[in-house]
Amino acid sequence: MTELSQESTQGTPVDDLMVRASRVRKSYGRTEVLRGIDFEVRPGEVACLIGPSGSGKSTFLRCINHLETIEGGRLWVDGQLVGYRQKGDKIYELRPRDVAAQRRRIGMVFQRFNLFSHMTVLQNITHAPVLVGGETKAAARAHALQLLERVGLTGRDKAYPGQLSGGQQQRVAIARALAMRPPLMLFDEPTSALDPELVGEVLEVMRDLARDGMTMVVVTHEMGFAKEVGDSVTFMDEGMVIESGAPSDVLDNPQHERTRSFLSKVL
Amino acid sequence: MTPATTTSSTIDDEVGERPDDNISAVPLRHWGRWTGAAVVVLFSASFLWSLARNPNMEWGIVGEYLFADFVLQGVGVTLMLTAVAMVIGTVGGVGVAVMRLSHNPVLRIGSWLFVWFFRGTPLLVQIIFWGFLAALYQRIQLGVPFTDWYLVDVSTNDVVTPLVAAILALSLNEIAYAAEVVRSGIASVDEGQDDAAQALGLTGQQTMRTVTLPQAMRVIVPPMGNETITMLKSTALVSVIGGKDLLTSVQSVYAQNFQVIPLLLVAALWYLAMVSVLSLGQYFLERRFGRGHGPARTGLAERWLTGRGK
Repeated sequence: MTELSQESTQGTPVDDLMVRASRVRKSYGRTEVLRGIDFEVRPGEVACLIGPSGSGKSTFLRCINHLETIEGGRLWVDGQLVGYRQKGDKIYELRPRDVAAQRRRIGMVFQRFNLFSHMTVLQNITHAPVLVGGETKAAARAHALQLLERVGLTGRDKAYPGQLSGGQQQRVAIARALAMRPPLMLFDEPTSALDPELVGEVLEVMRDLARDGMTMVVVTHEMGFAKEVGDSVTFMDEGMVIESGAPSDVLDNPQHERTRSFLSKVL
Repeated sequence: MTPATTTSSTIDDEVGERPDDNISAVPLRHWGRWTGAAVVVLFSASFLWSLARNPNMEWGIVGEYLFADFVLQGVGVTLMLTAVAMVIGTVGGVGVAVMRLSHNPVLRIGSWLFVWFFRGTPLLVQIIFWGFLAALYQRIQLGVPFTDWYLVDVSTNDVVTPLVAAILALSLNEIAYAAEVVRSGIASVDEGQDDAAQALGLTGQQTMRTVTLPQAMRVIVPPMGNETITMLKSTALVSVIGGKDLLTSVQSVYAQNFQVIPLLLVAALWYLAMVSVLSLGQYFLERRFGRGHGPARTGLAERWLTGRGK
């Protein structure tokens, strides 16, 4: 079904990288949205993806946990090919339940929170650990209360998402993703849907996570956050990585005209 | 900012200065409303009066038969048919709806054809069809295809009694309608919910069962209440194959004693009573499942979508 590029069939990933993408391609119909993305994240690193809307950064993030399928190149998370299995020279599609198992090790936080609206905060957090993580209800509950404390929402465990502010919902969403104890967290514009005065509380939680050594890939428009917390910044435009490097280099001293013009608009 | 604040404080001051400036205008007379109401009351009263005094209504006979054994048995069968058809219809409807949304093209087309056929032909025709199934297949045989070896081999008329035919017809028809209701309910759930569940490592089935369907309920329940009310009345159609329901029961009696109108009145009173109870139940269900989500609008949309409005 999926045609993968011939260039990079050579084998298993060599490294101790958390995320490694090599020439990742994807298109919707005839529109190419990802045109050969190379991208690396080491364990414990915070990698920020920036770029104009439509540049493919969110799509690429969704490829990392196989919410979107890639059509070319290779993508590994924690040494495992995402969504596929390689045997010799051949690539096999994974069964849905194996894909699900891979996703359990990758937390994701969405722009619009996507909390389960029919469940309480506590149920939102314990749902996956109990249903697919094999945890007992008691253990999951204890862990959930711990996580709620960590995101500053002690005592809101019985509330429904609809009763919380956007910032609180996003913090619950972070707790929900952390409940599976993933070694990698993906953030898809986590503060873009928030009122300006609520952005700070969410960024604070993310800062705290970064301090604890969580590996994070963050699609963001918060340049201040990228500069302060990011270990690397990758600027994407029109489905390609334009430039990538330390935040101080990319944000303060961009080498490419497109990066400069983008930054002049957002800063 | 600042000018607006000034203006509003000025208004507040004015009101504050004249607190007793209440309006005591002469109310407008709504002559049109009064005339309309008078006409309606007059016509209704004269119609009810003529009904009440019409000797053909035979109110005495209505009272005599209202709680007769055969009537109560008919009521029982009608309730049973409604319940069974709705349970099979709902469970089957969820199945067909999930098939409709499946990645398997054969299942998708199959479920589409099913809904297309059972919604596209009149329920009355389907009921008669099942009633006369023996004319199509004299024997029902279950075995290895294209061989003479059968596990089950029975006469159709022995198995598909009028009651079974009634249940088959009503259930299959209801599956088709329920499938559409469930499908639109599932479609109403935000795609982000699916993303979030998948990202947490839930399989497609787990997502459907624990995330999508429970949220779809909000949209599914109100129109299913409607479906139940419609079903209760549709059971009267099975009288054409002698389904032993309420209408069949009164028909078989008035065929002998010719008290057609009073016995139909008995049936009508029972249907009204049962529908009233169901409507009340539906009201509470809608309140329970539609909290804060504009249930009236959703309900109307569903009725329109299912093409079974009232």
